[in-house]
Order: sequence, then structure tokens, then C-alpha cells
Amino acid sequence: MVRRFGLMLVTLVGISMLIFVLLRLTPGNIADILFDAGGFVDPADKARIEKDLGLDRPIPVQYAVWIGGLLKGDLGYSYQTERPAIEEIAPRIPITARLAALALTFAVLIGVPLGVLSAVRQDTWLDYTLRVLSLSGLALPAFWLGLLILMAFVAWFGTIPIYSSEPSGFWATLQMYSVPAAAVGFRSSAFLTRLTRSSMLEVLRQDYIRTARSKGASEMTINYYHALKNAMLPVITVIGLEAGILLGGLIVTETVFNIPGVARFLVEAVRWRDYPMVQNLVMFIAVVVVTINFVVDMLYAYLDPRIKYAD
Amino acid sequence: MSTVDFQAELSAAGANVKSRWGAVGFFIRRYPLGAAGAVIMAIFLFAAAFAPFITIYDPLSTNATASLARPSAAHWLGCDFMGRDLYSRIVYGARISLAVATGSMLLGTSIGITLGLLSGYLLGWFDLITQRFLEMMQALPLLVMAIIMAAALGPSLQNTILAIAFVLVPSVARVIRATTLSLREQPFIEAAKAIGMSERRIMIRHVLPNTLAPFIVLATAQVGATILIEATLSFLGLGVPEPHPSWGRMLSESAAEYVHTAPWLVIFPGAAISIVVFGTNLLGDALRDLLDPRQRS
Repeated sequence: MVRRFGLMLVTLVGISMLIFVLLRLTPGNIADILFDAGGFVDPADKARIEKDLGLDRPIPVQYAVWIGGLLKGDLGYSYQTERPAIEEIAPRIPITARLAALALTFAVLIGVPLGVLSAVRQDTWLDYTLRVLSLSGLALPAFWLGLLILMAFVAWFGTIPIYSSEPSGFWATLQMYSVPAAAVGFRSSAFLTRLTRSSMLEVLRQDYIRTARSKGASEMTINYYHALKNAMLPVITVIGLEAGILLGGLIVTETVFNIPGVARFLVEAVRWRDYPMVQNLVMFIAVVVVTINFVVDMLYAYLDPRIKYAD
Repeated sequence: MSTVDFQAELSAAGANVKSRWGAVGFFIRRYPLGAAGAVIMAIFLFAAAFAPFITIYDPLSTNATASLARPSAAHWLGCDFMGRDLYSRIVYGARISLAVATGSMLLGTSIGITLGLLSGYLLGWFDLITQRFLEMMQALPLLVMAIIMAAALGPSLQNTILAIAFVLVPSVARVIRATTLSLREQPFIEAAKAIGMSERRIMIRHVLPNTLAPFIVLATAQVGATILIEATLSFLGLGVPEPHPSWGRMLSESAAEYVHTAPWLVIFPGAAISIVVFGTNLLGDALRDLLDPRQRS
């Protein structure tokens, strides 16, 4: 466990270096963009701006300054708004976190039962329908699904669900978040349906299920008590992986629904070549994803006593 | 022990295969969904190859009088804001998707195969470093990685291909490495060593061809993913730029405005993406079932 935690830290340091180097390969920095907009370049001005932003220093030094600040909780300043990066990022986190949690809840509540149903009724029309549906769910681009939902709202209600920062009360908040959350969660639910189905089928073929059946346990007990418990193990691991994919979906869904969350902010920062913002946002995403995977690994070992992580 | 023997795989799956057409017939009967996927892929390839012959309008020529024209006999799927025929743009868009899918697959998988093969066969420090690096890349969501790459390179068709190729490398390398690891313990590799074959020759002549089956399974599954990533990058304005008729670009943020006024501009390009990706998924599923006996139900 200690070793795995160490590996996790190594991965994060590696990611920070990778991102840092990649972003420095980019042709043009914020000084270029500002001057492009002005249409006129005064080399002295440009050099001054680059010096102010620390862009003239060697890359290893820039990296050290960034990581040093990060460890002290100082994320630097946004080039774009000239405000501390932390003030830009922090208020956006709860918005995205709520969306992600709601989306994952949808995905599990819909995906897992449908997967079980599909497996229990293997090779019936129900199974085929669910399989085709889940496959098509994986084929829909998240942003298109979002646009289609907007379109449906226009057609049926004449308005689109608009994001407001101050919804009145719990139910209004839930309502506001659930539409985009459903748009993101749909893909994950399709994925979980497929996974639960194949995992259930695997388990249902095992000896202990035959034993349960021969001792006269009802189908209900077999499917939902004996089989589901073990079939959920691989599903839990994949929920960890799915967290990363969900984040990808959130980037476009927040864009489509115009929600000021962290995920959409990444794209905006990239467009502005706002290095401190991009770096910090990617690091934040990396920390979240790596931590979720770490927790899921631990949970997996706890749920399945056969797995032990040797130290 | 050379390449994938589809004939043998088919008979193993229970087919009574006498001729090539018999094999095709079996595939259709055993995997109707996979066959449907193959048909969708064929239509997609046909549209990309013969785009000038099946369209009337130029996908790039603008026409102010046809701005936001509704779908009609003249413009089957309507026109966009600049009066460009949507049907033409979607048909030509198949070329962009195909170019990105093949380009990034070729590039990404050749790097991935090389890394995986070397890593799994040589082991040692090379393996250790490569694996740590790939793990790092995989710790970030695919789309986030692609966005950073695309942003670092700048928006263009070539750079989109490069960015997507880059994010494909880890999964290919890991699958090939795992296969290589199990292959290197096989008796026929030992035999090749015993007769004094050089390491390089063993790797290329004996190990590489045997990684083909898992590779095909992975590659088909990834075609859909590359098309989706391209569409998403272009949608965000970080992928294939105007005036290329990219399906994702057609749906770019401004599309939200057309939700009210010109829904056809939102429906058709998205449908094109979804149908093609659905087709690759169906075909990929059937191929996996056929080539990977452990998954067979």
C-alpha cells in the first residue's frame, strides 16, 4: 500500500513534467497572442511582458518555480484575468463535482440493473435490444447528445434549461443539474450495461452457481444474491476508469450547456495559451483521476480478499 | 504460425467453411450485427472514395441566397449559414474522418507496436522506463491528453492526426507487450533460439505476426474512438479547422444557436458521426468474438 502510494506520486510528478514540456513546445506564448491582436509588435514591449511573466527564464527554472509554488499552495496568476489562479479555479470545482457525481449516479442506477437484466435474459429479444441500445449509446458523441437534448427542450417546452448561479432551493438545483448530468451519464450507463452484462454472464457460468441451483435456490436468489455480488467486482474497477472518460464528456457538455465548470475552463485556458491555468487544471484533473484509481484499487482489495497488495 | 487464419478461426467458431463465400455467409448468419457494421463501414468508405461522383454541389462553395435553406429537393439535407450544401459537406466530411482515422491509426499503432514489442521482448530497463511513461500518459483522460497535444501543435489536419496518434500509443503498446510476454515463453520461440536465429529475426518473423489477432481486435475498437476524438476536438475548435468539412466542426459551438432556427444543421452531421462509430463498434464486437475465443459466449 505504501509502495502503491509512492508509485502514485511518481506518476503525478511524471505527468507534471510531461505537461510542462508539451506546453513549452507550443509555438507562440501569451505575449505573441496579445501582440497578434494589436497587430503591432514592439520587441522591447514584448521582452518586458515575457520578463514579467517569467517566460524568459530557462525551462527547468520555470518548472521549479511552478512546482515550488504548487507545494506551497500558490498556483500563480492567470495571464488572462491577472487574478490568482486559485481564485479562478476554486469556485468552478463544486459545479463540476456536482455534475460528475450526479452523472455517475445516473449511470450506475440505469446501467447496472439493465446489464443484469440483459445477462439474465441472455439471447432473448430484450437482451438484443439492450445490447444494440448500449452499443449505440457508446457511439453518440457527448456534445451531439447535449445538442439534441437542447433541441428537444426547445420543441417541447419552448425554452432551454439555462444555467444560473443562484437556483432557488434544492429541487431547482437538482433540476438544473440533472439535464446536463443525464447527457454525460448516458454514455457511462451504456458502458456499464455492457460491462455488467459480460461480468454477470461470466459469473453465472461458474460452479458455485450450479451448486446454488442444485440445492434448490430460486432464480431470484441466485441472480441477485449469489451472482450479482461477485459480478460487481470488475464493474467497480471500471467505474474508476470511467471517471476519466466522464471528465472528457464533461468538457464538451459544459461547453454545450454553457456551465462555468472546471472542465470547460480547461478548453478556454488552452485557447488563451494561459500556461499557469492549463498546467494547474491538468494537474488538478490528474490528481483527481489518480486518486480515484488509487481508492478503487484499495476498495477492490477490501472487497475481494483474494487480492493482496504486497508491500 | 504466420498471420491470422480467418478460415481456421471460422471453423473453430463452428462454421462448415468450404469456400470464401461460404465463410462470408457464415459470418452473416453467426454475426448479423457484425455484418450490419461491415455494411455501414462499406458505405462510409464508398462515400469517402467517390465523394465527387455522388454529390452535385462543391462542399466549399458558398451561396448567399441559399443561406440556412431548409432540406428540399435541391438541397437534400439543407444548407448552412454560408449557403453550403450540407449533404455535400457530410459526404466530403467522410474523407476527413477517414483520413484522421487511418492516419492516426497507422502512426499511433506503428509506434505502439514497436514500443510494445521491444518492451515485451527485451524487458530490463527499457521495459521499465517505457511502462512508467505509458502509465503516466494513461493516468490522464484520453480527451484531456488529446486537447493538450492538439493545443501544443496548433489546429490543422496533420496536427489533429498527430495528436490522436499520440494518445493511441499507450493502449496499443500495452496490448502488444502483454501478448509478446506470453509468446516469448512458447516452445516455438525456444526452438527458433535453439537453431540459432538472431533475436531481431525472432522478434520480426515469429513474435510480431502472432500479435496480429489481438491487434486487429484492438484496432477495430479504436477506429470508432479516433473518429469520436477528432469530432470532439474539431467541435471545440482545436481540431480540423475551417474550411475543411469536418463533422465535428460543423457542430461547433455556434451550432447551439441553430437548435432553434436550423435543426438540420445539428441533426445530420451528428447522425453521420454516430452511425459510422456505431458501425465500427458492431464490426469490432463481432471480430473480437471471432478472434478472441475467451470472450466467446
